[in-house]
Amino acid sequence: MRVTVLVRPKTGIRDPQGEAIGRSLGGLGYPVSAVSAGSIFDLEIDTDDPKEAERLGAEMAARVLSNDLIEGFEVSVG
Amino acid sequence: MITFLGSLDDRDAMRAVGVVGGEAVSLWHGSTDLQSVDAILLPGGFSYGDHLRCGALARFSPIMGAVAEFAAAGGPVLGICNGFQILCEADLLPGVLTPNHGQRFICRDVELIVEQGSPWIGNRAVGTTITVPVKHGDGAWFHPEDGLDELEENGQVLLRYAEDVNGATRRVACVTNAAGNVCGLMPHPEHAVDPILGSIDGQLLVGRLINS
Repeated sequence: MRVTVLVRPKTGIRDPQGEAIGRSLGGLGYPVSAVSAGSIFDLEIDTDDPKEAERLGAEMAARVLSNDLIEGFEVSVG
Repeated sequence: MITFLGSLDDRDAMRAVGVVGGEAVSLWHGSTDLQSVDAILLPGGFSYGDHLRCGALARFSPIMGAVAEFAAAGGPVLGICNGFQILCEADLLPGVLTPNHGQRFICRDVELIVEQGSPWIGNRAVGTTITVPVKHGDGAWFHPEDGLDELEENGQVLLRYAEDVNGATRRVACVTNAAGNVCGLMPHPEHAVDPILGSIDGQLLVGRLINS
């Protein structure tokens, strides 16, 4: 079962990657005032139970895939 | 001295331990045997290619369980650069290391202000400075405002950058855990133990490992 974990910087946390991308997009003439860069993890989890898949996805997101001092995450199934 | 997959300053660190009069023992991240060492050093490098976040994967190396037990029992643990990142990700030290705000890899000597009279800094007087090189792209220590004052009041901030080097919260360069036996910093004391390289101030931090 596929679980997607979206990790993004928390509001107010400095994001040099997003800043660099934003400056480059601005340099290309796009009217972009801010970019925030995060990560997407698509996990194939060996279970047919969507609730269990979501629970495992959230556990892995909190324990490994994100650091709660600087990042938040969202988990979606399917 | 623990070698992780991607450690690159392990040999310099072992040499530095020898320079200050200690005997360095090489430990492998995949083992759980600390070989009865008296102190632990986590060296710099790019463990697991810095994938996910710096230190985020190495913290789950088999040896880290033994390191956590060693630290809980009061044993001295020093994390340098990537070692610092690993200790923060493992919750053995407060905060987390994030990308340099200036978006540049920084490689140069930096001046560090002594904030605490600590054995980790050879009990140097508060307000004096030491010089140790940095070389990192992800060295901005971050800690939320919540709890930061308590950290300072507990005397856990040992060194502060004399100038803003990488965007670290309150210019913090070196922190300890609450008990004071686990210490981490982004600058590289193991590269500052020989006069031929300009500074021997790094001997203070490495020396702590054999004088504890």
